[in-house]
Amino acid sequence: MLRFVAAIGAVFLTFLTGTGRLVVFAGLTLATAFTPPFYLRAILREIVNIGYFSLPVVGLTAIFTGMVLALQSHTGFSRFAAEGAVATVVVLSVTRELGPVITGLMVAGRVGAAMAAEIGTMRVTDQIDALTTLSTDPLRYLVLPRLLAGLITLPILVLVADIIGVFGGYLVGVYKLGFNPEAYLNRTQQYLQTTDVVSGLVKAAAFGFIVTLMGCYHGYYSRGGAQGVGQATTHAVVSGSILILVFNYLITAAFFGR
Amino acid sequence: MSEAEAEPKISVRGVRKSFGRKQVLDGVDIDCRSGESLVVIGGSGTGKSVLVKCILGLLHPDEGSIHIDGTETVGLQRVARERLLQKFGMLFQGSALFDSLTVWENVAFGLVLGRGMEPSKAREIALAKLAAVGLGPEVSLLRTAELSGGMQKRVGLARAIAAEPEIVFFDEPTTGLDPIMADVINDLIVKCVREVGTTAVSITHDMVSARKIADRIAMLHQGHIVWHGPTAEVDHSGNPFVDQFINGRADGPIKMQVRAA
Repeated sequence: MLRFVAAIGAVFLTFLTGTGRLVVFAGLTLATAFTPPFYLRAILREIVNIGYFSLPVVGLTAIFTGMVLALQSHTGFSRFAAEGAVATVVVLSVTRELGPVITGLMVAGRVGAAMAAEIGTMRVTDQIDALTTLSTDPLRYLVLPRLLAGLITLPILVLVADIIGVFGGYLVGVYKLGFNPEAYLNRTQQYLQTTDVVSGLVKAAAFGFIVTLMGCYHGYYSRGGAQGVGQATTHAVVSGSILILVFNYLITAAFFGR
Repeated sequence: MSEAEAEPKISVRGVRKSFGRKQVLDGVDIDCRSGESLVVIGGSGTGKSVLVKCILGLLHPDEGSIHIDGTETVGLQRVARERLLQKFGMLFQGSALFDSLTVWENVAFGLVLGRGMEPSKAREIALAKLAAVGLGPEVSLLRTAELSGGMQKRVGLARAIAAEPEIVFFDEPTTGLDPIMADVINDLIVKCVREVGTTAVSITHDMVSARKIADRIAMLHQGHIVWHGPTAEVDHSGNPFVDQFINGRADGPIKMQVRAA
């Protein structure tokens, strides 16, 4: 019994230690944003890497998500003659929930994993130590540009995902389910409020920060060669994805929980 | 003041460092004078790299003090540490070149990002340093993955000396190289150290390299410096650890660990 309690205590302490180290890592990195030098080219490079190169995967997932949402909600709502709500359900679901969450998860898989692998490889091949010996703060040069790029880029990606997702719903609604195009568009904007879009963009900024933070954190502290880098990549994606879902609930509760 | 009485460039006193229950450094005391080439020898896993990383500030010692030019460096704050790092250059064991950059960008990296030099000026210096280690301008535009191991070491050396640091650290500079390329690297290190008057601290278990580049040799074993003296005396040290190590004998006081401690 005592051993069981001790094991729970050990897990809890490990969790607290890890959380503390993550918070310190994020704090030290953000602190470098307020003093020169500023690596603007590195930030721009990461914005292109996270934003531009994620567009195909985000666009594809968004359009199919919007399409399947229209199809499923039509199937469900037709049971009680509420097919007219399809457009509203699609636009609210995409802007509030699916746009930010699907985009966040896709970016966690594509970008978070790549960051953990790149920084982890730099760690195990002494490149991060080399940065330090060349009078360059690794947090300022490697981590801060990625965090800022994630924070800036994810809302833009989510805005694109929102538009493409709603368009996917429109395609299915009009060309498969036979809705009148004008009526579908009217219903799309009729119940859409600014808060719906804004809450999605706030979530996107939070998810961008989370994904890049977890990628950089796990890469930065990776150990033990190729196996360690592999583990760092897995941890970055898994922890990033879980935190996205946790913060999705918390932000939703903050906006709509009354 | 005589040279012997002069303040050492690097002074390490009572440095201890452990990782978990493994005590790697257990009270290391060593000095290195200005312009001197000190080589620390010892078997694999004896803490040579840990000692250098403690001096550089990449690792924090658990105990002890490290003075550079008479200034305590253990526990330095970030800004003071960054200023101190400008005195150092480092050639890493695996060269640690940035694979996302070209050769000249690697060499110029510390000048541009660390010291805020104009890229065009830094490029000129990088090409000059590459020439000093025997690499022509045609190499400067290559990616580091396109270079052989020996060329990577030379680029790493050019990067380490690009900012003309006061102290250069060499971590296993000849490991993984064929004997001829190893000798080329040794010659380059001697040339760089002697011509510029740099203080050099090298760690190696290659005795050919140690004899060639060292003014003074120190042996690290089980976390202690068990012997140190001029290179010429290493063959007559009378120290059983040194004798066993330099002659490469399996029998002797040094027992090789075949299992992790």
